[in-house]
Amino acid sequence: MTFAEIQNQAKSDWDSLYHGQAPHILIGTATCGRAAGALSVVEAFNKELAKRNAEAKVAEVGCIGLCSLEPLVTIIKPDSFAVCYNNVIPQVVPTLVEGYVLGDDPCLDLALGTLGGGEGEAVYIPELSRFEHEHRLLLRNCGYIDPGNINHYIANGGYSSLAMALKMEPAAIIEEIKSSGIRGRGGAGFPTGRKWELCRQAPGETKYVICNADEGDPGAFMDRVVLESDPQQVIEGITIAAYTVGAHDGFIYIRAEYPLAIERLKLALEQAKNLGMLGDNILGSGFSFDIEIVEGAGAFVSGESTALMYAIEGRRSMPRARPPHSVKSGLWGKPTVLNNVKTYAYVPLIIARGADWFSSLGTEGSKGTAVFALAGKMVSTGLAEVAMGTTLHELIFDIGGGIRSGKKFKAVQIGGPSGGCLPESMLRTPVDFDSLHKAGAVMGSGGVIAMDEDNCMVDTAKFFLDFIQKESCGKCSTCRIGTKHMLDILEDITAGKGKIEDVDLLVELGEDIGGGSMCGLGRTAPNPALTTIRYFRDEYEAHILEKRCPALVCKELIAYYILPDKCERGCEHCVLACPVEAIGSTEKGIKVIDQTKCTKCGSCQLVCPPEYNAVVKLSPPSLVPAAGAKDKG
Amino acid sequence: MEELKQKLSDILKPDKKNRRHLIYLLQAVQQKSGYLSKEAMLAIADFLDIPGSTVYGIATFYNQFRFTPLGKHPVKVCMGTACHLVGGKLVLEAMARELDIEVGGITPDHEFSLDRVACVGCCALAPVVVIGDSVYPKMTPPKVEEALVIIKPVSQEQSEKQ
Ligand SMILES: Cc1cc2nc3c(=O)[nH]c(=O)nc-3n(C[C@H](O)[C@H](O)[C@H](O)COP(=O)(O)O)c2cc1C
Ligand code: FES
Repeated sequence: MTFAEIQNQAKSDWDSLYHGQAPHILIGTATCGRAAGALSVVEAFNKELAKRNAEAKVAEVGCIGLCSLEPLVTIIKPDSFAVCYNNVIPQVVPTLVEGYVLGDDPCLDLALGTLGGGEGEAVYIPELSRFEHEHRLLLRNCGYIDPGNINHYIANGGYSSLAMALKMEPAAIIEEIKSSGIRGRGGAGFPTGRKWELCRQAPGETKYVICNADEGDPGAFMDRVVLESDPQQVIEGITIAAYTVGAHDGFIYIRAEYPLAIERLKLALEQAKNLGMLGDNILGSGFSFDIEIVEGAGAFVSGESTALMYAIEGRRSMPRARPPHSVKSGLWGKPTVLNNVKTYAYVPLIIARGADWFSSLGTEGSKGTAVFALAGKMVSTGLAEVAMGTTLHELIFDIGGGIRSGKKFKAVQIGGPSGGCLPESMLRTPVDFDSLHKAGAVMGSGGVIAMDEDNCMVDTAKFFLDFIQKESCGKCSTCRIGTKHMLDILEDITAGKGKIEDVDLLVELGEDIGGGSMCGLGRTAPNPALTTIRYFRDEYEAHILEKRCPALVCKELIAYYILPDKCERGCEHCVLACPVEAIGSTEKGIKVIDQTKCTKCGSCQLVCPPEYNAVVKLSPPSLVPAAGAKDKG
Repeated sequence: MEELKQKLSDILKPDKKNRRHLIYLLQAVQQKSGYLSKEAMLAIADFLDIPGSTVYGIATFYNQFRFTPLGKHPVKVCMGTACHLVGGKLVLEAMARELDIEVGGITPDHEFSLDRVACVGCCALAPVVVIGDSVYPKMTPPKVEEALVIIKPVSQEQSEKQ
């Protein structure tokens, strides 16, 4: 089949879904949708449609990025609006089938909005104002096409860039990528065109391309969503890279914690191969290339490029000193290009729409868009894609909807364990490689985690150092011993055993570790501690000087207390919920916590009915009134 | 050893007889048996013709591998950033308390094992627990108990039928 024939076939498959006679029901079944119960919604639809003998089809799609609104269902009707419904549960499925699939009632009380997009346009929901702030390139098809059907990707322009690239001189492709100004999305921001050029120029017959899908930042999930929702764009990008540098074997290194992404990627590779987009003599060009999936075995440091290559070789993933750079001597000593999932996914767009178009987006030093995973205390958590240079404020408040439950914003953690915590005063910082670096954070992976007044900055620094210290490969002592030392100090501070000199010692250690470690893991490991000290020094001082955790998080510095005049007396919720039987009753029925037994699990506070709200946390624990005073209530 | 190699023959196939497949082989064996026994690691070493210490060195380097059996319902509590911020640790402690085992342990009836995991990519639904193949979103200590009660009777019925 020629590429034009493949395109025609894809188009008719696509048209049958979106422009057919029967209604279509799209259900988001990426990992986040599934966690929210999407599969039971799929089942409920299938059952109800069969029962009603309705002529309608159910299609599983990826994630549109609105994770907190999952499960999301869209009903597409031939001559009407496509209506999107959020937080759908199986119980409302009969109503939706009766109302909009079979009837003309769009069930507006259950609807989120209408779904637009497709045919080259990015998916959007006009009723949600956040879409006005977004600029979706990589996410354009996510939640709109069936990731398990390559025809959907092709019908929306997919693989035409590969067809075009195979007719171009590799040097011309490199020129295009270089002048687009794209920098790698894996964190370090190395210019992609330059990397490809160096690898192409490196002597040697055998070369490799690798896609880094390790996504090790424990709080980021952009790569997962891209792979689960529109995997073909990544495969197309990798294939163009392979043609450009002259590689015939490629690897996708993906973390094993993403089983659904692996499954969908396997299917996508198989479909690409069947259509001749991979394998021998791709699209009749004479160029042959194949991709193998390698599952990671769970080590954060494996995401570092030299370590990742050792992991593929079946060795311990310990980074090595450079030079030699991987573009000259990488996997099995051969010239190798390694890029992040998103970096590859931009490539087909740059080829199709041109370098000038790409470089017109973004800022001077950072071109294009950036995909962020919004998590933490934001109202709408999920994925967002914005032009580089958008401010953190816009990202968190206009797209993320601000902080939930009426709480106050405290900090945003950006860039994962290598990144930093920025306070409110830094929210005007534009998100691009250089501005974030200046603020002490990093673009890193793209995890954006909002924190409110209930989050402790010292505890957050401790959390990241604990993670890093466990994940340090141990090769260089600066990182191995240094991060342990920093962690010990932070543990002391959060336990109320800190000394005021410790804060400056942390800064000094952090600067030494940052300067003296061999790889990026150690070099960036102190960032969470350094930024929290820089912007939230008062919290460190409260822990050390007053033995008080202002956010009421650090266990050793808090106590749970039942306010006697708020306790309802008759209710036994807290008593039953306490796992260690630490709650007793006074003669008057007021509940009292035995502080010597309490493990501070917080269950009593969770179950205390909101109308009483009698359980509070106090810090320092010495604020709890002494026994004997308790009967006065 | 020969008996074990026989048992693992669907994994230790000739096309995988290459040092680069070591991690894959460890993953496949763990997938099949739930954990890596000393004997299984030695069988892999023998198959690839490399020292047992090399196999052990790799297996202990990566977080994914475990050296004790997995429960029938493996419980993984997410300890990623998003989950940490909203009380993931309290959920882990509640799970350990309810199951009465430590992280990395298994209940005496082999029903549940407990591990921590760094982010399963559902941060928007934090805190998250994964039991078997199912993801449990927005967990709290009281919900831990509920989830376990729902799972346990089901599996007991199943084993009674067997
Ligand atoms: C400790 C550590 C972990 C990393 N983890 C990842 C990761 O999970 N995914 C990723 O794409 N890059 C990761 N990187 C960055 C890679 O080393 C590399 O710079 C990147 O994958 C190159 O691709 P790019 O040019 O497309 O950004 C990590 C780096 C370090 C030091
Ligand atoms: S941090 Fe728990 S799922 Fe990401």
